Amino acid sequence: MPEKGSSDSYCLGIESTADDFGAAVVSFGGKVLSNANDTYMPEEGGIHPREAARHHAEVAEKVLSEAFETASVKPNEIGLVAFSQGPGLGPCLRTGATAARALASYLGVPLVGVNHCVGHIEIGKLATGAVDPVTLYVSGGNTIVSAFEAGRYRIFGETLDIAMGNCLDVFARAAGLQQRKGAPFGAVVEELARKGKQFVSLPYTVKGMDLSFSGLLTAAVQLFQSNQYPLEDICFSLQEVAFSMLTEVTERALAHTQKPEVLLTGGVAANKRLQSMLNVVAEEHDARFCVVPLKLAADNGAMIAWAGILAYKSGISTALDKSFVNVKWRLEEVYAPWVEANQ
Amino acid sequence: MVLIKKGAEASLFLGEWHGRKVVMKRRLPKMYRIPELDSMIRGQRTIHEPNIIHRAKEAGVPTPTIFLVDVEDANIVMEFVEGKQVKEVLDNVSKEERLNLCVLIGRMIGRLHSNGIIHGDLTTSNMILTPYGKVVFVDFGLSERSIEVEPKGVDLHLMKRTLYSTHYRHARQCFEAVMRGYEESVGGEEARQVVLKIREIEKRGRYVADRDK
Repeated sequence: MPEKGSSDSYCLGIESTADDFGAAVVSFGGKVLSNANDTYMPEEGGIHPREAARHHAEVAEKVLSEAFETASVKPNEIGLVAFSQGPGLGPCLRTGATAARALASYLGVPLVGVNHCVGHIEIGKLATGAVDPVTLYVSGGNTIVSAFEAGRYRIFGETLDIAMGNCLDVFARAAGLQQRKGAPFGAVVEELARKGKQFVSLPYTVKGMDLSFSGLLTAAVQLFQSNQYPLEDICFSLQEVAFSMLTEVTERALAHTQKPEVLLTGGVAANKRLQSMLNVVAEEHDARFCVVPLKLAADNGAMIAWAGILAYKSGISTALDKSFVNVKWRLEEVYAPWVEANQ
Repeated sequence: MVLIKKGAEASLFLGEWHGRKVVMKRRLPKMYRIPELDSMIRGQRTIHEPNIIHRAKEAGVPTPTIFLVDVEDANIVMEFVEGKQVKEVLDNVSKEERLNLCVLIGRMIGRLHSNGIIHGDLTTSNMILTPYGKVVFVDFGLSERSIEVEPKGVDLHLMKRTLYSTHYRHARQCFEAVMRGYEESVGGEEARQVVLKIREIEKRGRYVADRDK
């Protein structure tokens, strides 16, 4: 067995903040050897935390086995266990944390609690080669514009109410759309938006550096219920307004920080229209535009494993009795000493 | 016309307009937005800003005179305010003058807040001290209407941060003077609420680095 912490050691990462249960094996040198996942699909409505947690507990063994098998790594070859400690849904987080604690104790290896948002940024940097980006992280649960400054990932702007992805999901459900395997609500809205022709005015809410999507959602649903506009036009207008808001705040952060890269990650990063808007802004500011590939942009175990490795290498680990989950753990509460060391 | 400031949203030009020295604030088109949305946003903001500037005058707070509002081109032509930025003045006057200036600034912020105006960018570079001893407030680009305590706290918190970062030698006495002036305008109870709110904002996670110090 390789020495713990050496470049040929492996980290097991467990992700369970929301509807995904993911497990991955990543080498300390930064190779993603496996990235297994199982997503909770509610029959109707959004994520029910208790039901999602029940799903996670049911699939945990299967997903963990798959992660080890795909990576061709045996459990006793693992040198570190990382898990998402927050922010997220309490019951879901606790399911992943329980599995992580049990495995770390059984294998006798250190445990690292990882901030979910840090995980997204770090795997994004690893996947795209970005070094010091302004990051737009947009998903079903988070909408954050951040950049590294003095030891931490600082939040420059964020949503004041619901997340971007949540806004799209709830609208899609209200409009009677169906998601399919491989085509979540966001993708369904994007497909329809591409056929939209006429722009319909919707509320555009940027407050300083922060964003609000709840009024936009309500207005879009009301437009749909009025039966006066084709659904394609509403989807088109919803996307145009929401993504322009995101791009405006990202541009402000970019102009302020003068960072050399723009990193787009999270589930909504898959949207081609959002990508093209950010690309325009990045070009205007001579910044490189980096999009994280979907497999690593959506919630996954590899991002937790990699962020865990980075933290562990800079001397951070989480004692068992300090490993309780933190459902409201903010990104900038995390001291990230490894970032400057790697720049 | 000379470009004097290029922001993420608007550019400021110094120029002449019918023989007057003026500042032109232009909101330039953003290529990432579709034209319909782009002209809507620029138009709304071009109307919003002079509107609030006008409200501030009603509240008794000096602001630049607006000469022209061109919604179509998203252009505002306004008076070039003669004087010095408070940023340049504050550390270079006697203690008495400094404190008097801060009390005056606080009084003006209090007037804005009492009239439901949140400036949104209260830094000492957005305040101009005229040769007649008035303080003119400029750049209402991030302003909003509100009577809630929260945005008032955020407004003054930025003022405080500006004092502590740019004018750190006298920051404490300056901010205390600002709050004395503020209290004169809004009254003791309201000022107390806002002070509590500022403390609460300081303790939020967003500013943990400051808390660590």
